[in-house]
Amino acid sequence: MISKLRLFLIENAVVILFVLLIAFAIPVSGLPASFLLQEILTRLGRNTFLVIALLLPIMAGMGLNFGMVLGAMAGQIGLIFITDWGVVGLPGLLLAMIISLPISVFLGWLCGSIMNLAKGREMVTGFILAFFMNGLYMMVVLYAMGSIIPVFNPEMLLSRGYGIRNVVGLDGVRQCLDNLIPLKIAGLNIPVFSFLIIAAVSWFIVWFRKTKLGQDMRAAGQDRAVSGAAGIPVEQTRIVAIIISTVLAGIGQIIFLQNLGTINTTSSHEQIGMFSIAALLIGGASVTKASIPNVIVGVILFHLLFLVSPMAGKNLIGSGMLGEYFRQFVSYGVIALALVLYEWKRAAQEHASRATLRGGAPADGKEAAA
Amino acid sequence: MDSVEPILSLRGIGKAFYGNRVLTDVSFDVAPGEIIGLVGENGAGKSTLMKILFAMPVIGETGGFEGSIVFNGKEVKFRNSFDALDVGIGMVHQEFSLIPGFTTTENILLNRESLHGSALIDIFGPRISTLDRLTMESRAQKAIAKLGVTLDPKMLIREMPVGHKQFTEIARELCRENVKLIVLDEPTAVLTESEAEVLLATLRLLAAEGIAIIFISHRLREIVELCDRVVVLRDGRKIEDFPAKGTSIKEIASLMVGRSMEAQAQIDAASEARLRQDGAQQAETILAIENLWVDMPGETVRNVSLQVKQGEILGIGGLAGQGKLGIPNGIMGLAPAGGSVTLRGKPVALNAPRAVLERNMAFVSEDRRGVGLLLDEGIDWNIAFTAMQVQDKFLKPLLGGLLQWRSDAAMADLAAEYIKLLEIKCTGPGQRAGNLSGGNQQKVCLAKAFALSPDVLFVSEPTRGIDIGAKHLVLDTLKKHNREYGTTIIMVSSELEELRSVCDRIAIVYEGRIEGILPHTARVEEFGILMAGADRDEPPLSLAEGSEQ
Repeated sequence: MISKLRLFLIENAVVILFVLLIAFAIPVSGLPASFLLQEILTRLGRNTFLVIALLLPIMAGMGLNFGMVLGAMAGQIGLIFITDWGVVGLPGLLLAMIISLPISVFLGWLCGSIMNLAKGREMVTGFILAFFMNGLYMMVVLYAMGSIIPVFNPEMLLSRGYGIRNVVGLDGVRQCLDNLIPLKIAGLNIPVFSFLIIAAVSWFIVWFRKTKLGQDMRAAGQDRAVSGAAGIPVEQTRIVAIIISTVLAGIGQIIFLQNLGTINTTSSHEQIGMFSIAALLIGGASVTKASIPNVIVGVILFHLLFLVSPMAGKNLIGSGMLGEYFRQFVSYGVIALALVLYEWKRAAQEHASRATLRGGAPADGKEAAA
Repeated sequence: MDSVEPILSLRGIGKAFYGNRVLTDVSFDVAPGEIIGLVGENGAGKSTLMKILFAMPVIGETGGFEGSIVFNGKEVKFRNSFDALDVGIGMVHQEFSLIPGFTTTENILLNRESLHGSALIDIFGPRISTLDRLTMESRAQKAIAKLGVTLDPKMLIREMPVGHKQFTEIARELCRENVKLIVLDEPTAVLTESEAEVLLATLRLLAAEGIAIIFISHRLREIVELCDRVVVLRDGRKIEDFPAKGTSIKEIASLMVGRSMEAQAQIDAASEARLRQDGAQQAETILAIENLWVDMPGETVRNVSLQVKQGEILGIGGLAGQGKLGIPNGIMGLAPAGGSVTLRGKPVALNAPRAVLERNMAFVSEDRRGVGLLLDEGIDWNIAFTAMQVQDKFLKPLLGGLLQWRSDAAMADLAAEYIKLLEIKCTGPGQRAGNLSGGNQQKVCLAKAFALSPDVLFVSEPTRGIDIGAKHLVLDTLKKHNREYGTTIIMVSSELEELRSVCDRIAIVYEGRIEGILPHTARVEEFGILMAGADRDEPPLSLAEGSEQ
């Protein structure tokens, strides 16, 4: 019984740590509960979709998909186009998603193919690929748009005549998903439609796991050699996982930005990968295992911490900047921690699996059964 | 059986890898429901034969094979292993090819899952339909039932005992509708004796249902117990093909290791020459190994106790994977080890390579390019390196001993001496070790060990992958060094003749333990029996050897 409790504590160490941290920081910050609740509801609607985009590559054994930033870029390009063309409201968002789709699929295919060349090092590959793609994205947005790619609305362009301005207002589609089904309970605005979309994509993930393709992804994720020997097209399956992840990230970024209402052309996509991954890990996921509950718990905890840490820092030390540093520290730190924990667990397992081969001389033939 | 149409006929199978012939004209038939025991030493060609049968990529890449395969009355040409599976040949591998986080059912039906129909199939293809878990479970149950054992279809593989994993693999092969022949490669190697018994019973059950079985095993007792017919391969040729009934372990063992008369005569001559020196062999124990275990992947040593006498050449032989390589690697600190090792009565620290080297023990590794050499450095550096690091040789003090400077002149002298002594073919002492041929690399490795002037020298697979001329020189050098400097040498080798021509005594390792120690004059069959672990029930010979002391 005690060992079971211990196991539970070890398995959920990260979640418990953050719950304790937040339980301490909320009263210190002095922020009212109604404010926190409203913010969390908003941020759940805003961020959950993006975090869900990470689930399939983890299942396919490719770790945390830092390459999701590629999808975010595709989503932003879609949004820039519909803003330029003046398509507003729900049709505008749909069109943005449709524009992002082929770009996401292509980038996902590219990312997956490159990761197949770097098996076992997918995370760092995705990370660096995101930097590389950022360069191409900048070139398209800051040079090609307005010169090669026609932009009709001169207000979106930089004063030099080509390249998109740093900030693009999304007034036409601002919060049009969140407010599609207005609902107010006890003074709290609930983004019902965004939640419905999240429910739908969650259902998609659950359903997908039950398909043959999902089963193949799980198999390839656990042992590429065995799966390949059984005839599963491992490389293709891995590429599909990344493509789906990238497409979901593109849609997720559109949902994210319609809630914020503005695009920061050069930087909106940059931190998305880091924050989504940190949120997922805080929710108790690991490099090899992640579920929808991990996503929800993670988004709530991560953003609560985001909300309360500046005020808590100010009230404790008298400096709001401390909270800002703390945020950075937490998001990078939790990723590092999760990676170290994963390696440590793997080493421990490997050691345990070889334990029967070490030490003493058990009676003849018994050691294999142990 | 002769009247029955064979399910599989191998006709004149031959194969050479890059001019190196490994199989010559191997032919035999397998009838439905027949159990064939395929035996042979390592390198006899068993695994190459199976690779040919399953059309593994390595065969096609190296130019295909000679002869033909007739399966079920038709000549077959498999393009890949899936073709072989399709016509009904199943393979159970030595290593488990199971997915640890999947259940028994999921593993049995891996990539052959039952699927629900779905409208989406037309758009996205069949992989988008969901799994029909109920049907899958009943299919798995049906396959398990054929085995005559109980397996929980919902249990995860990683939580299973080893025996159940093996049964899961077999169930996976049985689950194909048309399976007619199953090849099992060392299926009992990881099982306990009781588990192995159950497995053998299961195989008999399957054979009774008309499934032919090719059973590859080093455990000859199982071969005699289980098989209808035994096919013995040696040096790539089929030596014998006879009914298992009435044969004995001894007979199979001697067929497996038996050498040509010529080779035997050579060894006998060498033996006689050595016999004359044997008077001097009543020496004291220099190295005592007690209850050594070594966790070296693929070469696990479980419990080895061994006394090495001052000035002798002790051979350690045995089949691959039984643990003979683990012994030197464990003692020299290159693999995690435990137990006790004493040199001249004082304990030797394990898991500490430097401490072992400081006790004047040296090691010529079987992994020449990985452990043995600094490939990008010159011959002089390679020879002097360990001696410089461990024994402060080839250094000159500078500033009153505050700094130590490398003495290139001393190193060059040393290199020149060994190049001459060992006939190392090179452009000069500065030539990169990586550019030397295998035989010359081995000579550099030997020189490196000799430069330490060791009391005890471990030599592991000294002639692996080098040509005949270099082989002779390496072995002669070892013998000479042993005679002239009194160095105690422990030589590990897969080649029995080589051990018999060089060593005084030869210990045979089986399943991580010393199965017995024989004088080099013992008959080949006696070694063969020890290698096959046939004497497990009798007290090991090593005990008798130890009590003499």
